[in-house]
Amino acid sequence: MTSRPDTEHGTATTAPIEVDKRPLRRHQFNRALIQLACILISLFMVVPIYLITISAFSTRQGLNEFPQPLWPKNFSTETMATFLNSTGILAATLNSLTVGIGTLVLASLVGAPAGYAIARFAFRGKDPYQLFLLFTRALPIVVLSIPLAQVFLATGLYDQPIGVILLHTALSLPTTILITSSVFLSVPIDAEEAARIFGCTPVGAFLRVVLPLALPGIAASAIFTFVTSWNEVLGATILTFSNRTLPAQVLSTLGDSPVAFRFAGGLAMIIPSIIFIAIMRKYLLNMWGTTIR
Amino acid sequence: MSVSTTAPAKERAPQPSPSRARKRSPALLLILPSLIFMLLLFAYPLAQGIITAFSDPSGGFTLGHWERMVGDNKFIPALRNTMLLIVVLIPLQFAFALAMALLLQEKPRLSGMYFYFWAIPLAVSDLAAGLVWLSIFQDRGYLNSVLDGVGLPVVSWLHYENTTTMFIAVLCAELWRATSLVLVIVVSGMQGIPKDYAEAAAVFNANYWKRLRHVILPLLKPSLQVALILRTILAFQTFAVAQALTGENFPLLVGETYRWYNFLTNPYVASAYALLILGISMVTAVVYLRVLRDQSQVGKR
Repeated sequence: MTSRPDTEHGTATTAPIEVDKRPLRRHQFNRALIQLACILISLFMVVPIYLITISAFSTRQGLNEFPQPLWPKNFSTETMATFLNSTGILAATLNSLTVGIGTLVLASLVGAPAGYAIARFAFRGKDPYQLFLLFTRALPIVVLSIPLAQVFLATGLYDQPIGVILLHTALSLPTTILITSSVFLSVPIDAEEAARIFGCTPVGAFLRVVLPLALPGIAASAIFTFVTSWNEVLGATILTFSNRTLPAQVLSTLGDSPVAFRFAGGLAMIIPSIIFIAIMRKYLLNMWGTTIR
Repeated sequence: MSVSTTAPAKERAPQPSPSRARKRSPALLLILPSLIFMLLLFAYPLAQGIITAFSDPSGGFTLGHWERMVGDNKFIPALRNTMLLIVVLIPLQFAFALAMALLLQEKPRLSGMYFYFWAIPLAVSDLAAGLVWLSIFQDRGYLNSVLDGVGLPVVSWLHYENTTTMFIAVLCAELWRATSLVLVIVVSGMQGIPKDYAEAAAVFNANYWKRLRHVILPLLKPSLQVALILRTILAFQTFAVAQALTGENFPLLVGETYRWYNFLTNPYVASAYALLILGISMVTAVVYLRVLRDQSQVGKR
């Protein structure tokens, strides 16, 4: 009696041996190759950031060493501290924040209503309007900044954060409008209509139903606007003289600053972007995927 | 996930039901602020820029600024470097981004983390990217350290006489910085492709390359087209990367605009440069649209 289950078990174990294992092995090999490729690309993306970080946290003598150690051997916060305490950097960072937040607010205030109009209404001139948006998006920054600098010089907006805010708003407005319109599209019309049926005014329905639902997407678009403004170099450099934003300050002192100083500046500009992508990971695909077309 | 939910909504929404046709006036009211803002800050400066590029200081018409621009000894190198960069960078970048997107499509373990790493440069400014790669390519940088470590001769990558190695450095920095944008567009385009198509092709014995070439790539074309136009226009504006890596030694068109405006304080020639960049970008965009549209029509027949 006991021998029978044994033999059955025996046949069960011998059977898979006859199965051709090559496809499985090929599959495992492919998976391993994919992992390897992913790791290599990740190294290409991350190692440069690691390298500038250890550069920014090395002593100045350490940076003159050759060959450079690939690990933080000469660790010191001295370079970073000198950079942050040097003249103009704190003011420039504050200017960057002012300009970024100002741009975010202005672009959202002007852009979100237009995005809502594109999402909800059919109106004459909608296609030309959207084409106009695409065209403005393709305009090089230099084309705008040089004439604007002359206009701002005449009107007293030159070298003021508000002037840079206006330029950055103009640059990010097309993107803001396209992103917010896709955000509003994802809010079902039914919810809005239900609110109207239960007695909300159009404005009330928008404020109480549509806006809360659209807020995460609008926030994503706003943060994106902030980063665009935080990163913009050329226009800010042309439109300011002493009230620089951080990138403009780093660019205009590039020629006569020591190498250590440049690395510290680079790292200071990169840190916000790492945080930004970490927050925005979920929204990235939505924002670029549906809006660009 | 929500990509798939927003896409059909987009198609549904623009068809106005009769009851909604009356809502026309609020729409115009809503877009009016943006329209005024953009006319003031786009149309006006653009017109002003065109006038500046063609007028002499006393206000008359002149082509002198254009002659001065073309006659400058950095004009030809700047034009050549910009074009060369685009011709080499864009195909590399698209191949790279497509490969990355296809790898993510295979859903490897940790793919979320990989996507995060690969998206980081999306938010890095071009100036910062240039400084990052400066730490690698400078004479006492990490690349030379590694070369020295394995016994190879070191190279002055950013020396002003080594145009080729400067080009390679700028190319690497741009590849690192700007491939993420293409990647994100391509990945979101791939999410919109139903899996059924590739599976159906697999049922009919199409191998991976055949599925890629005849199923995935054609369906991905709208996304690729958008990414191509956007990336090329942005590539014409490459500036701060080269400034950070090479200073003035690797001239590019936008860098020259900046130099004429800021250091030579000549807004006239700078405006001419700006218009040239605008013109080239527009022509490129139109050519892309023509070529890509024609091909798709040929494909339909």
